[in-house]
Amino acid sequence: MESITGLLTKIFGDGMSPMALLISGGLTMALIMSLVMAMCAIVFTWMERKVAGFLQSRYGPMRVGGFHGVLQPVADMLKILGKEDIIPDEADKALFMLSPFVIFIGSLMAWAAIPFAPGFIASNLDLGLFYIFAVSSAAPAGILMAGWASNNKWALYGAARGAAQMVSYEIPLALAAIPVVMATGSLNMNAIVDAQGGGVLNWYIVHDPFLFLAFCLYFIASIAEVNRGPFDMPETESELVAGYHTEYTGMRFAFFFLAEYANLFLVSCIATAVFLGGWHPIAGPVFLPGLVFLIKAVILVFLQMLVRWTLPRLRVDQLMHTCWKVMVPLTLLCVLGSGIWMMVSGELL
Amino acid sequence: MSDTTVTHGWEHQDKPRVQQSELLEINMGPQHPATHGVLRLLVKTDGEIVQSVTPYLGYLHRCAEKIAEGCDWRQWMVYTDRFDYLAPMNMNFGYAVAVENMLEVEVPERAQYIRVICAELQRIASHLIAIGTFGLDMGAWTPLLYCFREREEILNIFERLSGGRMLYNYFDIGGVRFDAYDDFAEEVLFMVHVMEQKIVEYNTLLTYNKIFIERTADVGVIDAETCYAYGCTGPVLRGAGVPFDCRRDDPYSIYDRFEFEIPYGQGEQGTVGDCWDRYIVRMREMSESCRIIRQAVDGMPEGDFMSPDLKKLVKVPAGSLYTRTESSKGEIGFHIIADGGSKPFRNKVRSPSYSNLHVIEKVGPGMMISDLVATVGSLDIVLGEIDR
Repeated sequence: MESITGLLTKIFGDGMSPMALLISGGLTMALIMSLVMAMCAIVFTWMERKVAGFLQSRYGPMRVGGFHGVLQPVADMLKILGKEDIIPDEADKALFMLSPFVIFIGSLMAWAAIPFAPGFIASNLDLGLFYIFAVSSAAPAGILMAGWASNNKWALYGAARGAAQMVSYEIPLALAAIPVVMATGSLNMNAIVDAQGGGVLNWYIVHDPFLFLAFCLYFIASIAEVNRGPFDMPETESELVAGYHTEYTGMRFAFFFLAEYANLFLVSCIATAVFLGGWHPIAGPVFLPGLVFLIKAVILVFLQMLVRWTLPRLRVDQLMHTCWKVMVPLTLLCVLGSGIWMMVSGELL
Repeated sequence: MSDTTVTHGWEHQDKPRVQQSELLEINMGPQHPATHGVLRLLVKTDGEIVQSVTPYLGYLHRCAEKIAEGCDWRQWMVYTDRFDYLAPMNMNFGYAVAVENMLEVEVPERAQYIRVICAELQRIASHLIAIGTFGLDMGAWTPLLYCFREREEILNIFERLSGGRMLYNYFDIGGVRFDAYDDFAEEVLFMVHVMEQKIVEYNTLLTYNKIFIERTADVGVIDAETCYAYGCTGPVLRGAGVPFDCRRDDPYSIYDRFEFEIPYGQGEQGTVGDCWDRYIVRMREMSESCRIIRQAVDGMPEGDFMSPDLKKLVKVPAGSLYTRTESSKGEIGFHIIADGGSKPFRNKVRSPSYSNLHVIEKVGPGMMISDLVATVGSLDIVLGEIDR
């Protein structure tokens, strides 16, 4: 935001009022963020198909765009734009039309507090991490709306499962980040990243064993939070046909799809900022911070894809069992353990 | 609720509520990814828990048995292909053996060996689909594509042999339609060699995966008594701990010449007769099939591939006979009634999937929807053979 407002001041001179500066800066940032997010989602659909292809001893898309089907997502988007927008007769039309956007906006809003590079953060909130977890809990509402409004039994099942799963997994997800907040003493995302500067040994993932465990738990919970295999309960395509978006077509379906990949990237970005040192490189001075951040996040995205295409899916009750009886106690242990660790090592004093 | 002593994963949780809510009636199929074809299961559920399952059949009925009465003995072979379209060689085999038993005709040695090799390759191909799609029902995509990769090699062999990649129509009454090509033996041996290594790969990827075991062990337990009551055969019966296999216990063709084991469920990961047991039985049967193929390739003689003393138009003497053979899904039986003419009076087919499927009515109530999908997947049904 600071860099954007600085740029705007340079272009338009000092004549702008602070309010106009704030609004125009915010709008510019929002535009950049939504473009980046849409681009990422589109790139990741291609990447997922290639990763899945190579894991399954096939190629994935190869035709569109010459080299390894790089333009396949563009072709897909064009195709999906031309699709008929079907709304079932018996559906609750208002909710049905609204829900893709609720899910999409939920993930879009969270991007405001992600620090991609020094100064490149849409809103440098003091409650940054808290804000991210808070706004990303809008997704279960969207999923419930979609499932209920479709007036389809499979969609309803998917929605019920999805809402239960996402509400449950938000708890270990947020709890796993608490030790980092304790270590930093701040919820501000910039402060969290700044505290990890100066080489790989300062990253929170290697701060102490409990934080390493917290990172692993965060990674698992984040897969569940974005509804991907082995926790893809809301879709469970072999059981519930397509879960909550069974009845959706065309662009409305595409919004669910984009939101899934945007969320996938979002949780990876949070993990990068919170545990993996954000834009700080493994060693040496800060160099191309945005790229470093991106590489780390993409590696995490790749890991999530690897997991999805390797493991079978859990059953609903096993999923809940994993969350409430394994992950929540373990994350609480992490909070306690790293607290004691910090006290013993004298960091808290 | 069923009165079986089936254990489910959720039993440690609270007991079902005393006051029951209204049941949700839901159609699983005829177009549903988990029903393996055009099967319709009418499921009544209370939340995630299934209260009753009723299979509705007939979406793929093609009157094959009635058609038999209108074509001559040889012509009907193509219709047997279309029963179990994932294992047409085994279907061909069953019908060929059935008619040959009626005719009391001697099938040449070379044809016998080619038949056994084809049938066992087909069994591997069919089991590959069974375990691949079973994995898919669990949400594991990758094993399916690995399985298809190996199946492709088998299909290539069949294509060179018969010209077809799906429906071969390769067996004929009195032998096989074409002789084996020159490097048939080498190709088959190479395939078996590859297959034995790939089975290890599948075990690493899927069989002993913790999540997979969690999803399949103690799920959908079908005990031996239930199998007897419903007439289940094949991997379902063997998974229930009964080592019965027509190839060994009621030998046909030349199966009495080969050495092989009958794998059966031992409840290694849970209860005897659970989904994992049925799965591992198929896995081990593939290894056993590899063993049989090696022996058959070693013993394959030169000579005729078609019985020379059989006329073009076969006439079966009057009488009736039931012949059973072991297909990949279980016991495929042909009850043939002949009136001495060039056409069958009646061909009745006893298909294994038909009996295997109906067990779901008994074991389905009380399980979760996910477990229902797993159990249907572990039965490995093919609708073409159920409806005929």
